[in-house]
Amino acid sequence: MNPREPLKRVLYIDLSKKSFWIDEREDLFERWLGGVGVAVQLFKEEASKNVDPLSPENPVIFSVGPLTSLYPLASKTIAIFKSPLTGNLGESHAGGRSAIALRLAGYGATVIKGASQLPVYLVIKEEEVEFRDASALWGVSNAITVGRILRETAPGQGVRTIMRIGKAGEKLVSYAAVMTETYRHFGRLGLGAVLGSKKVKGIIIYGKHTIPVEDKKKYREVYDRLYKLSVESDAMKRYHDIGTAMNILPLNYIGALPTRNLNSSRFEGAEEISGENIAEKKLARRIACAHCPVACIHIASIREPYPDEPYFYKTTFISYDHELIYSLGSMLGVKKIDNVLRLIDIVEAFGLDAISAGVSLAWATEAYKRGIVTINETLVELDWGNVENYIEAIKYIVEQPNHFYTTLAKGTREASKHYGGQEFALNFGGNEMPGYHTGYGAIIGYSIGSRHSHLDCAGYRVDQTIKEPPSPEEYVEMLIKEEEWRQVLTSLVICLFARTIYTVENVVDALKPLGYDCTEDELKKLGEEIYLEKQKLKIELGFNPRELKIPSRVFETSTPHGLLRRDYVEKALQHYAELIEYKINTSD
Amino acid sequence: MECFEKNMSTLVHEVKRLAVLDSERCVGCQLCMFACSRRFGEGGLAKSAILVRSVGGIEKGLTVIVCRACENPPCARVCPTDALGQRKHGGVIFDSSKCIGCGNCVRACDIGAVFWDDETNKPIICVHCGYCSRFCHYKVIGVEKIK
Ligand code: SF4
Ligand code: SF4
Ligand code: SF4
Ligand code: SF4
Repeated sequence: MNPREPLKRVLYIDLSKKSFWIDEREDLFERWLGGVGVAVQLFKEEASKNVDPLSPENPVIFSVGPLTSLYPLASKTIAIFKSPLTGNLGESHAGGRSAIALRLAGYGATVIKGASQLPVYLVIKEEEVEFRDASALWGVSNAITVGRILRETAPGQGVRTIMRIGKAGEKLVSYAAVMTETYRHFGRLGLGAVLGSKKVKGIIIYGKHTIPVEDKKKYREVYDRLYKLSVESDAMKRYHDIGTAMNILPLNYIGALPTRNLNSSRFEGAEEISGENIAEKKLARRIACAHCPVACIHIASIREPYPDEPYFYKTTFISYDHELIYSLGSMLGVKKIDNVLRLIDIVEAFGLDAISAGVSLAWATEAYKRGIVTINETLVELDWGNVENYIEAIKYIVEQPNHFYTTLAKGTREASKHYGGQEFALNFGGNEMPGYHTGYGAIIGYSIGSRHSHLDCAGYRVDQTIKEPPSPEEYVEMLIKEEEWRQVLTSLVICLFARTIYTVENVVDALKPLGYDCTEDELKKLGEEIYLEKQKLKIELGFNPRELKIPSRVFETSTPHGLLRRDYVEKALQHYAELIEYKINTSD
Repeated sequence: MECFEKNMSTLVHEVKRLAVLDSERCVGCQLCMFACSRRFGEGGLAKSAILVRSVGGIEKGLTVIVCRACENPPCARVCPTDALGQRKHGGVIFDSSKCIGCGNCVRACDIGAVFWDDETNKPIICVHCGYCSRFCHYKVIGVEKIK
């Protein structure tokens, strides 16, 4: 590691004492690279295994890696914490300007612990942390407004990040998100609630350091090559043109688009809410995370008239992605673009994770229709496509006026435990299902992935490329291998959309001019080690690989590979459990 | 590095300037900013002479701030030490050995295109080499010949 490299600096912030200090941790960054690799170790140092996710003792770690701010598409920050949604390891990634700002403020990671008595927002600069009073911002119902206010008072226009939580985070909804730069999120697994429990309304990070490079000439050469690969790549076209919303139509066509709480895998409104149609009718602009030429962020605009004055309109800008159109569109039977966008807008304003919010409402709708819960619980009639009532219900999830909504604010696993309907509560390990019902790879991937997310190992992609599934054992091994390699990418830290550009050869090349001399095999081995560290940590935190539960609904609704067989999935999960136990037993 | 600098100065002698062609097309990727710092072979943004920022929230659009090569540059006029000389056909040439770091030039540029290098305590002003424009995939910025 280059001795002048600031990556090794870890900023510790104690909210209870309003103090901070900086430690040099070459030991961690040399052994574990950065990003996920380092954050997991920092988490292990700070957290006890029974820590309550919403207590001051739950640490929040943000980290970046050696490639951050040096190469295109190295644009993500990793957050590690204990998740209030799953009660286990929480990991969430976000872009915007967050990664660049943290890195150029001169840090590789920050550890935030303790809790403030009064609401605060943090301003993190190159050598200093300010704890500013956020009492006036606490309770502001729209997170976008909060961003607007912070923009005015904070330094460093153009070279900073503004992270903040919404009301959902303040109210400790288990799937509250953290927003950054208005349109990017640490969405999944409830980081917003953890910050809310610490009374942290926002975090501003500002910096524009130089990052030294050992071999300048080589650095520019590798940069130029990776840049060229990026702008000429397939990913570039796919993600820039229509964005992730390009998935809606093909998934619907092959029968893999979860619809109405997965009662169907085809949606009759898919054409209308497709990425193509939104782009044609509503797309206002496309933007990028800092240092990413792809610009996959798609922003639509909708114009609504004010009822009290003619020719007076409110224009709202809303960013959309595949997952949001799925969870707040097809999953809730919402067929009109404007209505899907309105739901996205309100979820954004409250600062909720869109997937968990949509899937929770989908479960609630089915439970209501089956009479498991009544209007006494739901307070409004829940019905597929009834957007006005869904908007009310989203407000109730945040406000939690009764036991039902307090429970629903903890996710579908908790809600179905109390009220029944577990067989159609679509969560894996407590995390709500992503928008792909593509086959075995997806279901096994959600189950065994460390975050229970489709991004852990991309089984949903494999499903779409293979004709026949391999044996359950082979499938599990394939997915674990992919997840292991992704530990390297998320330690560097690369946006996963760039995974085809950052092949193992290219990663070795990119690291060399920075003074890292590592071989392809060493990198792969590191991926395996980080993966194992995470699996061990999960088990310590109470996860049991032998007790994975799959909601039976996934076996009742067909996929492009037909109806899935439970015995196949069970065999796969058993093989996974055996492999993990074996890996752990032989590792030390 | 040397060959690159030679390259840069030949470009400069052809009297071209960097121009903002259409900021409406800007996606805010900031690759131009990183490129400008990379001229010196380093990462980060400390040496950037160009800044892309939102105009009050990304939804309202982006603005690209960079020297526009004034014919009679106000930044040079206020420099007490002649560290900023007038560049032929617009803009300035900076001689860092003469600069005393007073910051007059920063205040003199109406569009805020004189940036500050906190690491050297001296200004950073675009030399119109055009390197950044090679990394702007959306053709927001480009090199223009000055007539
Ligand atoms: S820095 Fe500003 S004042 Fe100086 S030449 Fe450029 S635009 Fe004009
Ligand atoms: S900071 Fe340097 S270049 Fe700018 S006006 Fe002062 S002496 Fe001249
Ligand atoms: S033209 Fe050259 S000096 Fe000016 S902003 Fe671009 S890279 Fe920097
Ligand atoms: S490289 Fe081009 S699109 Fe990207 S921020 Fe700079 S001017 Fe805008």
